[in-house]
Amino acid sequence: MLANINNLIVPVLFILALRGLSSANTAKKGNFFGIFGMAIAILGAILLRNNGFVCSIAIIFGGAIGYCIAKKIDMTALPQLLAAFHSLVGLAAVFIDCSIFASPDVCLPLPFSEAIEIALGATIGAITFSGSIVAFGKLQGFVSGKALQFKFLKTIALLLTLFLIGGICSFIIRQNSLLFLTIILASCALGFIQIIAIGGADMPVIVSMLNSYSGWAAAGIGFTLNNNILIIVGALVGTSGAILSNIMCKGMNRSLKKVLFGAGGAEQIAIPCSRKEQGNVKLCSPEDAAFIVKNASSVIIVPGYGMAVSQAQHVIKELVDMLKTEDISVKYAIHPVAGRMPGHMNVLLAEANIPYDDVFELDEINHEFGSCDIAIVIGANDITNPSAKTDPSSPIYGMPVLDVEKAKTVLFVKRSLGTGYAGIDNPLFYQSNTLMLLGDGKKVIECIVKTMET
Amino acid sequence: MITFETLTIFVLSCFVGYYVVLKVTPALHAPLMSVTNAISSVIIIVAIGAVGCDLGCACLTYWLALLAVFLTSINIVGGFMLTHRMLAMFSIKRKKKGGENAC
Repeated sequence: MLANINNLIVPVLFILALRGLSSANTAKKGNFFGIFGMAIAILGAILLRNNGFVCSIAIIFGGAIGYCIAKKIDMTALPQLLAAFHSLVGLAAVFIDCSIFASPDVCLPLPFSEAIEIALGATIGAITFSGSIVAFGKLQGFVSGKALQFKFLKTIALLLTLFLIGGICSFIIRQNSLLFLTIILASCALGFIQIIAIGGADMPVIVSMLNSYSGWAAAGIGFTLNNNILIIVGALVGTSGAILSNIMCKGMNRSLKKVLFGAGGAEQIAIPCSRKEQGNVKLCSPEDAAFIVKNASSVIIVPGYGMAVSQAQHVIKELVDMLKTEDISVKYAIHPVAGRMPGHMNVLLAEANIPYDDVFELDEINHEFGSCDIAIVIGANDITNPSAKTDPSSPIYGMPVLDVEKAKTVLFVKRSLGTGYAGIDNPLFYQSNTLMLLGDGKKVIECIVKTMET
Repeated sequence: MITFETLTIFVLSCFVGYYVVLKVTPALHAPLMSVTNAISSVIIIVAIGAVGCDLGCACLTYWLALLAVFLTSINIVGGFMLTHRMLAMFSIKRKKKGGENAC
């Protein structure tokens, strides 16, 4: 009876939690629904068993660790933290699958469909685990953020996949623990190889895809054990991650297949050579920039990953506050794939207490660049590259970009004149109305603020 | 085991998930990821169940499941806490414009 009521209430509360996120006003309440649902689920599970004591200790211990991590973490480290969390879900799913398989209550051989479910569940879990670890390493900087493309990568991935399929098939017929372990290890290797080949700017897709995987892994366990809560929650999380990856892919005009199997690695290398006859770059000092900004009447700020790296959001807020006292209108333009995860920029701006009424998505604000005086681009590159609209030979051709070049003046804050992640030159640098401010985002903006104060 | 009943539940939940998540405003995509991360850790209930193996600590199942309980609880508390922190930042400065246009 208790289990049945739980089966009903818990998924409803989780759906309400997701529903709450449709607006910032209801989101907090939604989160409490989620916490409430989880509490009911855990209490129900503990009450149904007679081992509450040991479990409670594990939960309290784990919970305390989770609490400390979430409380202490810097908001700039958000993408890697989420990747790490995903790896934990994957690992836990693998352990649970192993524990089901090793359980003395289960009589081997398992029936056909259960064997498939448990093998697939473990596979997805293990891919999530190792993939997330690599994603974490890349985001944290332990592993090079560049897409690693070596010759036999695709062949190895293909062979591993075939090996895995063969392994699962033979596991269904001859179920022994050695084969089960082999499947898990092969999946780990596959996840590792798949993600190591993906570059930094594709991370928004990868992080949301891993999010989706962790959901499917949960649903897999739900099928194995006939547990409706797990099936429902797994499906919810799985679709949520899938939608996010889809949005991110659209933001880059790339198909999921291309991101995963790394088409374009070769094309991109050839491009940077074409930078020679582009013309001159106009450099500008922060003092000049301060003067220009002060005389504007409308400003749009375009943040990118560079803002996150240099943690410039707080100084940006200072700058904007000064501009606002001078009656200059300031808006923020957020590209869907700016940063390293979905919604990355929004969180950082919110952290700096920037009201979200000033923050606009690509579609909402793109037409306003034409009428604005100054566009300040901070640490973003590819998402402003006009060649995505004009140059069919560009690797990012067709990707929706912010029409920054239409602004009367573009202030481009960037560490160097180097190409962005995609290795593509940005014609915007050479435009007559573009002024480059080279340097660390935070320092440059600080200089501008200081000049304006005096 | 995959039965018609479980498959129905699965497919319908996919649809519910699709329409609910489609309505989430892009600004809240980061909290969405961390909250889904937390709720996917609901697999803890199965792990708790598996800790109840009759042989107790003599059995492999027991230890694997206990480890899973530990890992998922990091995730649950961490995920919800993180979401809460992010949402708190979003809700400080609410101005006149209440509803945000989604999709």
